[in-house]
Amino acid sequence: MVGLETVRLVGDAGEVSTTTAPFAEVASSNAALRAFLHGLPGVDRVGADARAAMLGTRSIKTTAKAKAIDLAISMVDLTTLEGADTPGKVRAMCAKAVHPDPTDPSVPRVAAVCVYPDLVATAVRALDGSGVKVASVATAFPSGRSSLDVKVADTALAVAAGAAEIDMVIDRGAFLSGDYLKVFEEITAIKAACGPAGGAQEGEHSAHLKVILETGELATYDNVRRASWLAMLAGADFIKTSTGKVQPAATLPVTLVMLEAVRDFRLRTGRVVGVKPAGGIRTTKDAIKYLVLVNETAGADWLTPDLFRLGASTLLNDLLMQRQKMATGRYAGPDYFTLD
Amino acid sequence: MSERLAVRKTYKLFIGGAFPRSESGRSYAVTSSKGDFLANAAKASRKDARDAVAAARKAFPGWSSATPYNRGQILYRVAEMLEGRRAQFVAEVVDADGVTAKKAGELVDAAVDRLVWYAGWSDKIGAIRGAANPVAGPYFNLSTVEPTGVVAVVAPPTGPLLGLVSVIAPVIVTGNTCVVVASERAPLPSITLAEVLATSDLPGGVVNILTGSAGEIAPWLAGHMDVNAVDLTGADADVAVRCEELAAENLKRVLRPPLDRIDWLADPGTDRMTAFLETKTVWHPIGV
Repeated sequence: MVGLETVRLVGDAGEVSTTTAPFAEVASSNAALRAFLHGLPGVDRVGADARAAMLGTRSIKTTAKAKAIDLAISMVDLTTLEGADTPGKVRAMCAKAVHPDPTDPSVPRVAAVCVYPDLVATAVRALDGSGVKVASVATAFPSGRSSLDVKVADTALAVAAGAAEIDMVIDRGAFLSGDYLKVFEEITAIKAACGPAGGAQEGEHSAHLKVILETGELATYDNVRRASWLAMLAGADFIKTSTGKVQPAATLPVTLVMLEAVRDFRLRTGRVVGVKPAGGIRTTKDAIKYLVLVNETAGADWLTPDLFRLGASTLLNDLLMQRQKMATGRYAGPDYFTLD
Repeated sequence: MSERLAVRKTYKLFIGGAFPRSESGRSYAVTSSKGDFLANAAKASRKDARDAVAAARKAFPGWSSATPYNRGQILYRVAEMLEGRRAQFVAEVVDADGVTAKKAGELVDAAVDRLVWYAGWSDKIGAIRGAANPVAGPYFNLSTVEPTGVVAVVAPPTGPLLGLVSVIAPVIVTGNTCVVVASERAPLPSITLAEVLATSDLPGGVVNILTGSAGEIAPWLAGHMDVNAVDLTGADADVAVRCEELAAENLKRVLRPPLDRIDWLADPGTDRMTAFLETKTVWHPIGV
């Protein structure tokens, strides 16, 4: 299967290390980075597609389905990234994040809400004490076409407003033209702008960094694997498929490749990186396919909101409708859930 | 040279403008009124019903906002297509009902005429059900009719074509979309009718036809929170009672005509159309 051989081919350190030290010299120059990334084994595209399709046929029913639905709800990053977003809309979404179904207190809250930087403060106020995190996109989202200074300032703005997680986009233009070091250094700079590693100090907090690869623009699975490693080497806490603004967004095979990357990265370095597919996941059936994929690829360790997220907005209502169907025995209708 | 092999039609479901097999993979044997085997029909499951409701809901905004004139044109087109397949329907009605070819011909003609009759109502129903209400103030007070939404229809067991057309046409002509559970005993004309609908400019999902057991599928439709009304014309008494109870949960409109045999050849009147309409009243200030 694709990916398994990665473990042996990458570097030659026998012991699992607790840092990224085995790769310390990898980013010393563009040439070294290129040599490393192009030395990663290629992805068998047909094999990856077939494996993802095969895992998508698993039948998850009754109690397992009920558990999967609740797990999926707790992994949702409820997202609104529209030019027409208003503070009112963000507050409404935050209320939904805390109580996805106001008529049923047993529904778990979602993992986080994801907004633009200028609305972070509104979301933080609305979610105060609820346990739902606030994530903010940054770095000239969604295209990522700006100078590093602007991107760092964008990130600092979101962090200062209280964002607990930053979703940055990589510079796809630089990546595709082979300037891997530029991408690497940008991620490192944004990571630094997220605050000191290892937790908050007094009066200062650090944000988790999610790196959006925008796989729909990377063209090949090989590039997805390279971008995943690049992001992880540069210090990403999460790797995320897409902005949701480009088609195709998240797909099962792309997520498979990324899950293999985080699994292999842990084997090599001991550092655990999360994965977030985003965009295009609309139904409970899709969400459960992703959970199966996580369990079968990275392993059950990743089946937690700390390490796997689903970036979505319409998915939540479908999860709630399926949940209600299981509770009441009658098919649910969208008239009884909020409009998003 | 060997004898040519017979090419037989596979009778499948009609959901969202496509002809899928039942998700359950089930089918059942359909026999003629004399007990001879005719064909195997798909036996729809609750998940097919769920998919059909989703298709009907998806089709609703487009169909309900089409102009009444346009809906009338499309219904008339359905009548034209039905007329073009007259011989095929006559043969199917003879098989299903055991009537003579002459009688079957009359029934098919009546079905075509019924479609034309309902097609004409598309832009006139508002005139008999809407109103300019006199009010004590400087307002225009106008009541207009709007379609109810997704209607689940249990087609009558008798009248495999005329009965079916007579329950579908009044529902869709006003802008509703529907999920129809065809007669369990004689489902074949319903699927042939679906072929007519699929080639008549009718948007996919406006009519969805399920074949199988009404007792099995109808309660799922009656309990479905995204269905706005149920027509229990063809439901057995016990199934109808169960469906009425389930329909109460989200206050669906329920049409349950008296149990006596309905004469499908008689003048249908407007009741079947008005049963699935909502009235919207607008107050509009009269300008200075």
